[in-house]
Amino acid sequence: MSSDVRFTDFKSDKQPTWCPGCGDFGTMNGMMKALAETGNNPDNTFLVAGIGCSGKIGTYMHAYALHGVHGRALPVGIGAKLANPNLEVMVAGGDGDGFSIGAGHFVHAVRRNVDMTYVVMDNRIYGLTKGQASPTSREDFETSTTPDGPMQAPVNPHALALAAGGTFIAQSFSSDAMRHVEIIKEAIEHPGFAFVNCYSPCVTFNDVDTYDYFRDSLVDLKETDHDPTDKDAAKDVIFDTEKEYQGVIYKNEASVPFEDRWGISEDMSKIESKPPEGAMDLVREFY
Amino acid sequence: MPEDLNWAIGGEAGDGIDSTGKIFAQALSRAGRHVFTSKDFASRIRGGYTAYKIRTSVDRVESVVDRLDILIALTQRTVEENMSELHEGSVIIYDGERTTMKDFEAPEGMIGLNVPLRRLAEEAGGAIMQNIVALGAACEVSEFPIENLDESLEKRFGAKGGSIVENNSKAARKGQEYVRENYDLDLDYELETTDEDYVLLNGDEAIGMGAIAAGCRFYAGYPITPATNVMEYMTGRVEQFGGAVIQAEDELSAINMALGAARAGARAMTATSGPGIDLMTETFGLIATSETPLVITNVMRSGPSTGMPTKQEQGDLNQMLYGGHGEIPRFVVAPTSISECFHKTVEAFNLAEKYQTPVYLAADLALAVSEQTFPPEEFDMDAVEIDRGKVVDDETVGDWVNDKQQFKPHALTEDGVSPRAFPGTKGGAHMSTGLEHDELGRRTEDTDMRVKQVDKRNRKVQTAIENEDWSPREFGDADSENLVISWGSNEGAMREAMEFLEEDDVSVRFLSVPYIFPRPDLTEEIAKADEVIVVECNATGQFANLIEHDALTRVKRVNKYNGVRFKADELANEIKAALDEPVEATA
Repeated sequence: MSSDVRFTDFKSDKQPTWCPGCGDFGTMNGMMKALAETGNNPDNTFLVAGIGCSGKIGTYMHAYALHGVHGRALPVGIGAKLANPNLEVMVAGGDGDGFSIGAGHFVHAVRRNVDMTYVVMDNRIYGLTKGQASPTSREDFETSTTPDGPMQAPVNPHALALAAGGTFIAQSFSSDAMRHVEIIKEAIEHPGFAFVNCYSPCVTFNDVDTYDYFRDSLVDLKETDHDPTDKDAAKDVIFDTEKEYQGVIYKNEASVPFEDRWGISEDMSKIESKPPEGAMDLVREFY
Repeated sequence: MPEDLNWAIGGEAGDGIDSTGKIFAQALSRAGRHVFTSKDFASRIRGGYTAYKIRTSVDRVESVVDRLDILIALTQRTVEENMSELHEGSVIIYDGERTTMKDFEAPEGMIGLNVPLRRLAEEAGGAIMQNIVALGAACEVSEFPIENLDESLEKRFGAKGGSIVENNSKAARKGQEYVRENYDLDLDYELETTDEDYVLLNGDEAIGMGAIAAGCRFYAGYPITPATNVMEYMTGRVEQFGGAVIQAEDELSAINMALGAARAGARAMTATSGPGIDLMTETFGLIATSETPLVITNVMRSGPSTGMPTKQEQGDLNQMLYGGHGEIPRFVVAPTSISECFHKTVEAFNLAEKYQTPVYLAADLALAVSEQTFPPEEFDMDAVEIDRGKVVDDETVGDWVNDKQQFKPHALTEDGVSPRAFPGTKGGAHMSTGLEHDELGRRTEDTDMRVKQVDKRNRKVQTAIENEDWSPREFGDADSENLVISWGSNEGAMREAMEFLEEDDVSVRFLSVPYIFPRPDLTEEIAKADEVIVVECNATGQFANLIEHDALTRVKRVNKYNGVRFKADELANEIKAALDEPVEATA
């Protein structure tokens, strides 16, 4: 079935309202390509989106999709995947959605390790509310609500993921389309919770973390001798605040998804019109 | 009036009060006696007063009364806590060799049985069995055949192997013999046994069982008193039917997981109590707007804030009816008894899926922590029907597409209900959102479509009002000029209160309402009555306010909000007072 699915099948007929040049275009295109190239189709794909510019992705992609409340996209994805493990579940949201209001869910989704892919479209700014600091904004980044900068350390999402026992931690860049697709494909194929932080520049409100900045500073781990299965090496990359990286930072090859560990395998949507066989035993138990 | 016996064991949390009480309750139930249990407990693991109370009769019992006939008091405080329920002739079993009880004397008129519980337990094989010795003593006092305990002990300890069951059985007999040899009692209890075979369960368990029977396969929750037991019940059981129970990191996550599972086509549920409902309210509007069927159980406790976590209240009615910003279509169903917890859970799942609307299942602590006996036929699985509503499959999905072959999950239909396609259905891919949307589920700010979608969602509720049975449960004298109305768990206490009232020639018609929204229109019934009294466990009369609004008249109110459920005899007096009838002081 994979061969006749094209990435445009994942495209809805709704025109994105993102600003021209927004990084989210590239992030989304890469996700659609990766889904198609890994043999998925819109009918077996469940996409959950958060709130914010990034959250609009659910409207622009064609799949079974839910655009949820702010910060809670991950639990929705987890519920869908566990209720029907045959689904390809992908969750997308922004840095505010994932690392501010949803930070708690992020940490717990990582440690739960359900087989799904989480793409954070990280632009280090709140775009939809027109330019306030985000949890990944730099300490001295001046915005309408932080005139002298947030004056607090930005969240290091990869470090959070590693500390929470993450089994797949990666970074991509929306403008490096080929690498972005490669990384998302690897994430989809990873058995467990795959986290891909994707630099998705905001061309309207962030004049610091720009395309040029990332193009000039990004080091591709593929072109280094980095071994993603080496946790200590991953730690060094994650805590290196001097450089920006792209690529798979850490990958636990022994990862076993939560649903396999718990023995969850059935499509729970399939039930009969009467109580399940053996239901009367539940009553007898109370004798 | 049932010939009932009221029994309790009390001590400190950690003394094994619960398990001892349960063993006795099961022994009574297995002996064909009806049982209704209740618990006094505190929100701590060890220490603090705790008690397990049993009311038993050969007739059905479904309430507690303000009377205690036999009390096993492991601490002095147990006696003090229950002083108002003890009466002349009440028996207090205690261990005078226990340091804290050595100066204890039974209050005047009561019978103190000083039984060396610990010493006798040690003789039987271990001090840990001292509560069982007390059970044996209680069997002697109530003339309840002690053999009935053995089966109950087997159920409790059988899996542990060895001589545990045997030793416990021996311990019980030591208690029995001690009382027989040292006291000359003539109390006339003679607890008779019958050939009936009952099941004994609490409201949380009935909800869990109802959920599994109704095809619920996915449960996500976060532990909270008094709803945790629903989750614990389902754990290990729903898996046998291909389902899963997930403990989420918080209630926000729990309801979103349940929402995800429901979007994937599973019958899904979460259960919590008031503080959890506060958190879940964030997602509630999304569930309703995305037209996702979900059952949210609220096992109410005293609020606001952390309130009294281990105490009874029906204070969340307004929250469930009105909680959330904007106008949210919903159903609120409130089971009126422990067996109704089962039936209403099944109904809640059908309502949720037929109308693709979230359903609050409003139980409360009084239902959750009480156990009651029922004939097993009361939970007839063959009578359970599962109605999934308008679900399309690969073949029928094409009936609901536009000219571009796009599926319409929010199609504007006459009855307001749209088709549902589970992920995996070919040609059914669609989005849904908390944003206002068009028929395809895509965001819109079109003013016409906004009105059409709001009307459509409200139309579903209207369709449900017309097609479903929202009648109240009726008891008592249909022609009485006195009308009592209550909702939720007060039904048992009120039904028994009516027996007390009958003794005093006070007739009442009693309507027990399990549906809060939509709810029955009681205008005619109210117009027919001279006196209308609304009974509920909250201070402001949230349900009474609704009734007044519906019927455009004033009602009398009987409210209780001290954290303790209504007791049958107490409620009878409250009703008499509301009717200006003379009230006699009870024992």
